[in-house]
Amino acid sequence: MTISKIKEDFPILERKIHNGMRLVYLDSAATSQKPRSIVQAMDNFYNQNNANVHRGIHLLAEEATQKYELARNKIANFVGVRDSSQIIFTRNTTESINIIARTWGRKFLDEGDVILTTEMEHHSNMVPWFSLAEEKNLSIKFIQITNEGKLDLKHYQSLLKLNPKVVAFTHMSNVLGTINPAKQIIESAHKTGAITVVDGAQSAPHFSVRIDDLDADFYAFSAHKMCGPTGIGILFGKKDLLEKMPPFLGGGDMIRKVTFNGFSTNSIPYKFEAGTPAIAQAVGFGAAVDYLSSIGMENIFAHEQALISYAMESLSDIPGLKIIGPSAEYRGGIISFVIDQIHPHDVAQILDEFGIAVRAGHHCAMPLHEKLHLAASTRASLYLYNTRDDIDELKKGLLHVCKVFE
Amino acid sequence: MDDLYREIIIDHYKNPQHKGRLDESDFSFEDENPLCGDRLQIELRVDENQNVLDAKFDGHGCAISISAADLLLDSIIGKSIEDLKKLQKKDILDLLGIELSPVRLKCALLSLKVLKAAVYELQEANDDLT
Repeated sequence: MTISKIKEDFPILERKIHNGMRLVYLDSAATSQKPRSIVQAMDNFYNQNNANVHRGIHLLAEEATQKYELARNKIANFVGVRDSSQIIFTRNTTESINIIARTWGRKFLDEGDVILTTEMEHHSNMVPWFSLAEEKNLSIKFIQITNEGKLDLKHYQSLLKLNPKVVAFTHMSNVLGTINPAKQIIESAHKTGAITVVDGAQSAPHFSVRIDDLDADFYAFSAHKMCGPTGIGILFGKKDLLEKMPPFLGGGDMIRKVTFNGFSTNSIPYKFEAGTPAIAQAVGFGAAVDYLSSIGMENIFAHEQALISYAMESLSDIPGLKIIGPSAEYRGGIISFVIDQIHPHDVAQILDEFGIAVRAGHHCAMPLHEKLHLAASTRASLYLYNTRDDIDELKKGLLHVCKVFE
Repeated sequence: MDDLYREIIIDHYKNPQHKGRLDESDFSFEDENPLCGDRLQIELRVDENQNVLDAKFDGHGCAISISAADLLLDSIIGKSIEDLKKLQKKDILDLLGIELSPVRLKCALLSLKVLKAAVYELQEANDDLT
């Protein structure tokens, strides 16, 4: 893959900021930039095909429905799901996980049941379970991380003896960058009869995910972190689970029949898609997975692996800088770090003046920072459009940060 | 940037004059900025006329929040509690002498927020006593 060609696909990367500085975008774990083709696909939809989906008996309605459902099929294919009725359009990963907790969890979990999650989770795979636990008196246990920043699989095995009903974990940490052995975790969970909920917000954009092969029960991810638009995400659920779950929101599209006495629900996936969905965004999401597929997820992953190794080596000789998380071979394109005596907000602020966009704070993982005894950290996150030049700029910027605080 | 991180700010961040704890305090309050995990405690001691004798802060934060806290406490020595209640956002910005984005404004204003909570808390306590 030719990176210079890829950069050309992203108009925003040509933007000059702060009096002519080149934009060095290292915040893709928060949201990725969008290639021209995705914006065009949504533009075309609004300019040529716009209508509401399903039930319409006119040409535009048929076209809109066809494009919306085609996007679903493309996405199913992209993440290795054979039956696309298991792919539900939601707003984002957070909403997807909330749906699981509030429908499956509310119906099938009872007082005293145990939920396992991990110390490295994003708040969106903790808070929905906290809410449910409070409501139903459940117990939540956290799989520890090792000093290196990997999941402690021995601790996981010991927690499985509690016979948890749910094992909820992230496929890739948004702070440590750690890629968790999802297949192995799921296999162990199934042996004890637990269902698995995988937060795929950072994995689906960056490497090839095959959900059927993983045998995950639920898997959630967002379009906007993978070159697609904001406002749309996916909840994958196994068919038998989705069929047993009560609907989440009530309204149009999710019903089969409504009478003055009540309603019956539509089949999946429509049962979980009440109201007019994000149609243009679904079309954009379809275009995004087309774009990523055309480059190849293996190529994207290899590119990020090479770049993260380069970055870890390059940053390691900055005085006082400490990288959080495991060595490059266990992580995706995320590098979080702290610098002695310099607050992450100051680091990010000074980098911004060089046109370098990074994130500073707790990255929606406050418990993880508590575990690491850190108030906050600075995070640089990579994607297919980043280059060694970007890392070199980052290093130059960080050396300047150190000089300011010398 | 060199404006934002001008010498005076770096200086107050690295060598704050008012960092620490008081042996005895008449007013004290602690708060945090959940956005960035910064935590700040302010303690005041006053004389019989309710004028500030000494002021200290403790906690951790970025250069903007720490230098703002140090500059603020420096400026209130000798002032009355009533004066402190009149302090405003503009006073902090004048002390810092910089322009701030909305996000960094929160950092700069944390110390003022904590100081105001401290002095108003005492007011309430006094009301309870009398």
